[in-house]
Amino acid sequence: MSGGGEGSGEGKGVTMRVEVDVPKCVASGQCVMIAPDVFDQREEDGIVVLLDEQPASELHADVRESAVVCPAAAIRVVEK
Amino acid sequence: MKHVVVVGGSAAGLAAAETLRREGYEGTLTLIGDEPYHPYDRPPLSKQILGGQWEPDRVPLRAPADLDALGLELRLGVAATGLDLAGRTVALADGARVPYDGLVIATGVRPRRLPGDGGERAHVLRTLDDALALRDRLGPGRRLAVVGAGFLGAEAAAVARGLGAEVTLLEPAPVPLAPAVGERVGRMLSQAHHDHGVDLRTGVAVAEVTDGGVRLTDGTLVEADEVLVAIGSVPNTGWLEGSGLTLGDGLECDEYSAAAPDVYGAGDVARWHNPLFGTAMRIEHRTNATEQGMAVARNLLRPDERRPFAPVPYFWSDQYDFRIQAHGYLRGHEEVAVVEGELAERKFLAVYRSGDRVAGVLAVGMPPKAVRTWRQAVATRAAWRDAVGELLPEGA
Repeated sequence: MSGGGEGSGEGKGVTMRVEVDVPKCVASGQCVMIAPDVFDQREEDGIVVLLDEQPASELHADVRESAVVCPAAAIRVVEK
Repeated sequence: MKHVVVVGGSAAGLAAAETLRREGYEGTLTLIGDEPYHPYDRPPLSKQILGGQWEPDRVPLRAPADLDALGLELRLGVAATGLDLAGRTVALADGARVPYDGLVIATGVRPRRLPGDGGERAHVLRTLDDALALRDRLGPGRRLAVVGAGFLGAEAAAVARGLGAEVTLLEPAPVPLAPAVGERVGRMLSQAHHDHGVDLRTGVAVAEVTDGGVRLTDGTLVEADEVLVAIGSVPNTGWLEGSGLTLGDGLECDEYSAAAPDVYGAGDVARWHNPLFGTAMRIEHRTNATEQGMAVARNLLRPDERRPFAPVPYFWSDQYDFRIQAHGYLRGHEEVAVVEGELAERKFLAVYRSGDRVAGVLAVGMPPKAVRTWRQAVATRAAWRDAVGELLPEGA
């Protein structure tokens, strides 16, 4: 998860991998509203669709926010 | 700021603590929770946990390593008992006094109870322990009486029915959840209970829990092996009595969600002024806990840059084979329009008017983009006449 005490962690060379725990998703769509280039929702039930497993660095802040806001804690962000 | 104390170890408290660290706060950060568990998610308690699809290992909100990384001083299994506002200390049940420069109050709510003594067969459903205790007593042929057909009672009734229990659902109002979702959607929910074999009795008030079931105000005994009391929640503000903070329906906070200088409220316990809707509200939704916890952390850390907390509230409810999703503030609405689909099909989108604006949207089985579009209408304070007027036939 993205929760870490390391400040913003932005900058060149930081890669981010995003994982979604689909069974946990409750289809609130918050992630799509925050980071529409990275997340979408399935038409039939609104469950999350991960569009980009390794988003570019300019999207990182929004993806971290999505992970934190997700009401199901279904988004995991791994940064190196 | 060197010492921040977060009182409340669930979703809002966790969000506040995490956000403080993410925003660069490096001082001491104490998280106090009255339950002996690391922060965990409550919505699954009335769904997958009660139904047995998940074991308790799936409800913690963060993996232990991620929680450790926050560098928290965790005090779990101990309740806060008092607040010295002038002296800036929180008193705990174990006798400790915890000093703070900044304080987040996120102590949530507890279930309202009924009089009477049903012993072990009388349940509430707020904590993981509650859910596991009830789960263990449900199964084919067991008779469950659920008092209160709000979201919690409705979900538990649906799950219990799925486990093969005989379920009686007792509700004082003529239509369940009418204040929350309106009468038309409330009637749809009633029909769903009937369709799944739940004995929903409306206009029925329960006087007490007994060891045979529940006794109604007219003296009738509704027999049950187990009883779930789901009649609403009471904010946990007792520990703040006499502190000087304003308490009413929860901890009263301003539009920044501040209760006093350097003291903020977040989550189920907080009643704050939401400028997006121009009214005070206390929201017991899961998403609000996180959003408000995040917002108060930022306001606490940077008071010069603090921003009003003006969210579009969101809630969802899983009942039987459908999911309700709603964005906005539907309470006190004056009009509902079903703009897509059919209630009877359980595929529809309804919008709600308060004053001259679109105040909320509620959907079941609708494409997410349609729902998000209406959420945007709420967020931008769209006028009802503009957003909805053209969609309805003349005279509707």
